[in-house]
Amino acid sequence: MLKSSEQDVQKVFTRRALVLAGGKLALIGALGARLYYLQVVEADRYELMSRDNQFNLELLQPIRGRILDRNGVALADNQDNFRVEIVREQTDDVAATLSALRSIIEVPDWDVRRVLKDVKRKRAFVPVTVVENLTRDEIARVAVNAPYLPGIRIEVGRSRRYPFADTAVHITGYVAAVSESELTGDPVLELPDFRIGKSGIERLHDLEMRGTAGRRQVEVNALGRIIRKLPGEDGEPGRDIQLTLDINLQRYATERLARGTAERLPTEDPRAQLALAQADPALREAYADRQTVLINADGKVVEAESGSVVVMDVHTGDLRALASAPGYDPNPFNRGLSAKDWEELQANPRGPFTNKSVAGQYPPGSTFKMLVMLAALESGLAGEDTKFYCPGHLTLGDTRFHCWLKHGHGWLDMKQSVAQSCDVYYYELAKRVGIDRISAMARRFGLGEVTGVDLPGERQGLIPTREWKLATRGVPWQQGETLVSSIGQGFMLTTPLQLAVMTARLVNGGKAVTPHLEIRNGTPEPVPDMAVDSRHLEAVRQAMSEVVNGPRGTARAVKGGEGEVKIGGKTGTAQVRRITMADRLSGAYKEEKPWRFRDHALFVGFGPLEAPRYAVSVVVEHGGGGSSMAAPIAADVLREALRIDPIAPPGPTASRDGGKASPDTREKRGG
Amino acid sequence: MAISFRSDGLNPPELTIGQKLASLNWLLVMLIITIAGVGCLMLYSAANGDWMPWAYRHALRFGVGLSVMLTIALVDIRFWMRTAYLGYMVALVLLGLVEVMGEIGMGAQRWIDLGVFQLQPSEVMKIALVLALARYFNGLTYEEVGNPLNLIIPLIMVFLPALLVLKQPDLGTALMMIAGSGAIFFLAGVRIWKFLAVIVAGLAAVPVVWQFLREYQQKRILTFLNPESDPLGSGYHILQSKIALGSGGIFGKGFLKGSQSHLNFLPEKQTDFIFTMLAEEFGMVGASCLIGLYVLVLAYGFAIAIRSRSQFGRLVALGVTTTLFLYLFINVAMVMGLIPVVGVPLPMISYGGTAMLTMMIGLGLLLGVSVHRDVRIARAGVEED
Repeated sequence: MLKSSEQDVQKVFTRRALVLAGGKLALIGALGARLYYLQVVEADRYELMSRDNQFNLELLQPIRGRILDRNGVALADNQDNFRVEIVREQTDDVAATLSALRSIIEVPDWDVRRVLKDVKRKRAFVPVTVVENLTRDEIARVAVNAPYLPGIRIEVGRSRRYPFADTAVHITGYVAAVSESELTGDPVLELPDFRIGKSGIERLHDLEMRGTAGRRQVEVNALGRIIRKLPGEDGEPGRDIQLTLDINLQRYATERLARGTAERLPTEDPRAQLALAQADPALREAYADRQTVLINADGKVVEAESGSVVVMDVHTGDLRALASAPGYDPNPFNRGLSAKDWEELQANPRGPFTNKSVAGQYPPGSTFKMLVMLAALESGLAGEDTKFYCPGHLTLGDTRFHCWLKHGHGWLDMKQSVAQSCDVYYYELAKRVGIDRISAMARRFGLGEVTGVDLPGERQGLIPTREWKLATRGVPWQQGETLVSSIGQGFMLTTPLQLAVMTARLVNGGKAVTPHLEIRNGTPEPVPDMAVDSRHLEAVRQAMSEVVNGPRGTARAVKGGEGEVKIGGKTGTAQVRRITMADRLSGAYKEEKPWRFRDHALFVGFGPLEAPRYAVSVVVEHGGGGSSMAAPIAADVLREALRIDPIAPPGPTASRDGGKASPDTREKRGG
Repeated sequence: MAISFRSDGLNPPELTIGQKLASLNWLLVMLIITIAGVGCLMLYSAANGDWMPWAYRHALRFGVGLSVMLTIALVDIRFWMRTAYLGYMVALVLLGLVEVMGEIGMGAQRWIDLGVFQLQPSEVMKIALVLALARYFNGLTYEEVGNPLNLIIPLIMVFLPALLVLKQPDLGTALMMIAGSGAIFFLAGVRIWKFLAVIVAGLAAVPVVWQFLREYQQKRILTFLNPESDPLGSGYHILQSKIALGSGGIFGKGFLKGSQSHLNFLPEKQTDFIFTMLAEEFGMVGASCLIGLYVLVLAYGFAIAIRSRSQFGRLVALGVTTTLFLYLFINVAMVMGLIPVVGVPLPMISYGGTAMLTMMIGLGLLLGVSVHRDVRIARAGVEED
């Protein structure tokens, strides 16, 4: 009985134990199936995810290409940027380490507070930058004291450097940190130290100059700490951009333009001190941190002139100098300009951000007269011997058009009309030739349209036509407007670069040369001929010679002495505001006007006279007269260009003969 | 142990220590040592190739556990039967004490600090419950088991500790207790329809129980259902574990070369996720071998149970075997993403004192059942009369 019940229990147990064993086997079978699914079927997918976990792609920032002048002098390069970092996990007391550091190098309070805040936010092994841009001397001091600075380490990065500061800033442009809107998904842009070109050559050639980032895989743990660095592919440094610019000439032109007619004195000079003491407080403020002061003939402190100087090779279109004043220092943009400095630059009425050579638009004034002359000669409606009488004005209908010389020039032929810049002669000529021929000639010589120079932000100026007037103003062209246009006033607007191109085309044998900044490798394309009668071009050149070298030329003051290179050119004085009859009667127009209402001073020129090599254009904003202000600047710059690089090109295509800049002048860079 | 017995030909004579040692199932002991050895190896790897801090202490603990296991195996099985209820009561009191003076650990109250070491009473209870239930069902006839009134006491014995554990809250252990006890009920002969009734009632209770679950428990279950939806949140552990397993492939990445484990993508690699680490470093081959070792232990458990001549021995043997199985299954299924993360260690491999001790005591009892397989035991825990 007992036995049988026990057997019952045992039988039930055994049966059910087998069922249980079956169940367990089934479940273990399920584990096995799952294992197979994960480790065989899905293995590839998980393998990939595991690698994603294990390795991070680290981008190695490529070295940005430099910007070089024609002689290989760097206008923009990369400088070692030494910085001190602190790693929290390597020090017991961040604050103590920082105060030890402060006894060795200068660390602003503001940085200390920032670091103390940052180290708490970041993971213990992530370095936090304490100070940047340290000198080698400071770095040496930190390195020597390293045993007393736990957690401190020295890292070196690269930062963009513009050794010539504001001298070529409108050409080089500047780089700055990538802004949110500029992110394209390219991971390189997200590197903390990455900078992209924001203006000038830096912007135009940004992609080529960036280079390609190196890639390296780093093994990281779950917290992101780097465990191991694996070899990777090296990046390629960006391409260097070599410019046709000559930095010595550029610097000379910039300085010469800023000086204008004034004299530059060191601040310590007693005359400078005296003048500063008497100067307007605002002006004194502006000179507070400068080493030199500009003093005019009356011994007064004056502001630096603003405007543009362009020097161009008439055969190749190489731009040797492209100065725009005032400029600004591009270096601070690398780190980020303070809002205050930015606003100050923005608010400056002289527009330091504008590259006036390509984006400044000015009436060409009398520098336009050669084109009217050429239009007349080419059309056959007038000859070199065509004479007009200038009584000081011309009356058309009931309007009187004045010559700049109140009592008139008398009888003049074509050459003398250019030399003396008679306005009435050109009113007469324009009446004969008409606006259509004048506009067409202007366009053939590169005015009214972009030159296509390799710089961003170029503007096209304006050469008015009948069609343009009707389309934009809804009123037909008036003959009076033809007269005004013939002396480069009215609607007419040109950029200094266009004026240089015009001049080059006038003196290079009628070749449609175009300007460029980057040195081109290989044989340059032949410059198309403009099919202008060479006798007419010779007449223009003779007339422009007469301006400087003739006894009555408007620029005879810059003729130069014995042994100086002979040059030719044309002065221009562009009215900013129309002189009203009331002004004329009261004589007020001759008095000192506020700066922004004064005339622009212009000069276009070339040299040497007999075998033109360089064309130059100078615009001094509100600088007064072309003869007094612009011509001396242009003559000096032109002669400097010829002094620096005196070798005449063997042919019209030569461009790279520039290795002649003397070493001592190159040494002086950055000054 | 003054146990008198009558030599009526049914019971074998009392065994001497020497005889007991000789009849010990040494192959099973070797299997257990092998598994613990694998554990040491994996803990060595978990510490990036260092005996400290885990592998060394694990070996030490296993040494202690091994002697405890052998001692228990050699003690007369009837002693364990007689002290089963006492042990259960002690374990229950300890569980209650956790409520009062438990240390906060892992977000739940599970440990009592005894000064020398920290005790996890819920682990002790797993074995105590097996013993107590085995004692209760020992000697009950099939008909008696069929009487529902006779099931009231064992049900109380199960649900009292289960509720206490649930309150800690430790859902995994509570479910393990219920499942393990269920197996004993099943083996003891409780009618099938009663299980079905309980399962139906249990399913009906799911919405109610859901309300009582802590938020983190609910979240675990929800993210278990779709772990990849939240790869850096709660699903992170499961996902990283699956990546580690999957990337191990068939032959693994090699000893000490598991990138997921050594770069800390894998959480808790020395405890709950140690199987993942093994599978990452030794691949499917290594993982299958380990499971194979466990299956061999389980097979021994079944063989020992079936060969035991007492219902107590049978129930203890399969109770312990089932507990081992549940540890293994829940842990492995959890790290493979088959069930939610509930925090159950892999026996004899995961680092952790109490779980190891529990399992060694259990295996000691299993070996004891094997040694005393021919001892017949009456209801009172003494020889029948």
